[in-house]
Amino acid sequence: MGKTIAEKIFDAHRVNMPFPDTHVLKLDRVFCHEITTPIAITDLMARGIDRVFDPTKIKAVIDHVTPAKDSKTAEQGKILRDWAKRHGIKDFFDIGRNGVCHAIFPEKGFVRPGYTVIMGDSHTCTHGAFGAFAAGVGTTDLEVGILKGVCAFHFPKAIKFVLNGTLRPGVYAKDLILFIIKELTVNGATNMVIEFTGPVIDAMSMESRMTLCNMAIEAGGTCGICYPDMTTVEYLWGFIKDEFNTKEDALKEYSQWISDADASYEKIYDYDVTNLEPMVTFGFKPDQVKTVNEMSGTKIDQVYIGSCTNGRIEDLRIAASILKDKKISDDVRAIVSPATPDIYSMALKEGLIEIFQNAGFCVTNPTCGACLGMSNGVLANGEACASTTNRNFNGRMGKGGTVHLMSPATAAASAIEGTITNSKI
Amino acid sequence: MKEFSGKVLFLDKSDINTDEIIPARYLTEITKEALKPYLLEDLSLAGFNTKEDIKDKAVIVTRANFGCGSSREHAPWALEVNGINVVIAESFARIFRQNMYNCGMFAIELPKDKIEYLFENYTGKDTSITIDLDKDKIIVTSSDKSEEINFKVGEFDKTLVKEGGWVGYANNNY
Repeated sequence: MGKTIAEKIFDAHRVNMPFPDTHVLKLDRVFCHEITTPIAITDLMARGIDRVFDPTKIKAVIDHVTPAKDSKTAEQGKILRDWAKRHGIKDFFDIGRNGVCHAIFPEKGFVRPGYTVIMGDSHTCTHGAFGAFAAGVGTTDLEVGILKGVCAFHFPKAIKFVLNGTLRPGVYAKDLILFIIKELTVNGATNMVIEFTGPVIDAMSMESRMTLCNMAIEAGGTCGICYPDMTTVEYLWGFIKDEFNTKEDALKEYSQWISDADASYEKIYDYDVTNLEPMVTFGFKPDQVKTVNEMSGTKIDQVYIGSCTNGRIEDLRIAASILKDKKISDDVRAIVSPATPDIYSMALKEGLIEIFQNAGFCVTNPTCGACLGMSNGVLANGEACASTTNRNFNGRMGKGGTVHLMSPATAAASAIEGTITNSKI
Repeated sequence: MKEFSGKVLFLDKSDINTDEIIPARYLTEITKEALKPYLLEDLSLAGFNTKEDIKDKAVIVTRANFGCGSSREHAPWALEVNGINVVIAESFARIFRQNMYNCGMFAIELPKDKIEYLFENYTGKDTSITIDLDKDKIIVTSSDKSEEINFKVGEFDKTLVKEGGWVGYANNNY
């Protein structure tokens, strides 16, 4: 019997199995942000073991509330900043150089095929787009990761999606993952790795693969995974060119992180997605999904384009192409948050920021803020937001507010119309 | 080891997420105690009164996929500072479940029919539950009856409960 990519990564990283079905893995990366890390730091200090296993493998960023909005968030940033300095963690991204964790860490080349990655953030599954095993964990797992460079997992059962056909114009990775979550339900992939394979994935950019893997957790998945290929190598080439003579050599090396043809799966889903339409959520669970056409005309108060799901340059280009020479409706306000400083700079150079501003968008600095109702775009009671983020939970973007998840194209078109609208690309 | 005994709060809803257990607006707190007043503040459930119904409770019995969504360990912490160290459900989201054991708390899975049985026979009856860690039994007591229900828990999970969590265990063993 062959092995899945996750099994191969487990085999290569297993320290031991202290109990049945308890695999303690060596970690290649421990990512940290200012919301879930400070309590781990203060606990390590209180225990008298304020140490880090390897400062080069730990990467940290202030991203959830930035710049600080009050004394409490300033304190969270300070604890993380002081800790990074104290332990010589060089890859610490402070205010001005900071971006949304799951956008900036891949952009800096920190994730490679075959890696094990944890972070105190559920959307860590994003990094599986590189053929890595990347899992969100709580503060205690993070704390042990920081201290010892290990984390315990149960055996990673797997399901596989074989996605055939071609996505139509106006249909994107976001629409595909919303469709998949609808099929799986919010509980359908719990304790499982979701492999995304097939011609549709082969044709996708790394940005789109990250959008797809990002929302694996919304079906309960431990990690979403795409197999490494030449697209992965091209994305990483600037960071790995000293390790390999040619891109083909890199691809050969990374190809060990692909599931065997006879690997065992809980279930294989084989879909032709050529006829897939733009999708959008209703209600308070991410598996409550309809087509945009079915939801067309639904009133919105705010539009938000950004986040670890859809705040990358590709997303901004798509949205700007729809907003060019247009104005947003008088009945909505709209916010765009480029996910990293580099994305912001690219958007400036390409004239995208000007398009957003001319359309009537507020352009914010890179931050997670509005997505979880912490800052930079919180909803009032009874308001609805057309959002490119990943969760539509009750009160997620502000107490009493509603969130409709959708692609950047649908969000841009909806901003112009003032109601949920198909982008008609 | 923590206490695993006391009055039951029944939450008759599947997919209760960690945003409902503790909303993100309170994640700026840097002590666990500060989370105490906000437990289940955003839970929308007919007949549930956030302030009154949590008082004096030590065990939650609920449906499927409890604790889905965000990885925030603030969810188990908010339970812990309110004296709730046990959640019994049909199933749990992976991260929440691990967070509970990592904190030395219990996330016990029972088959759907057992959960249904508990809801049918014990809601609104001043029910208490005690976990017998050595016999892997849940002892359920209400105003008119008492019985034992077996449960399964992995060796790793049990060790974490006994040792008070993952940090101490990992620091001694890795």
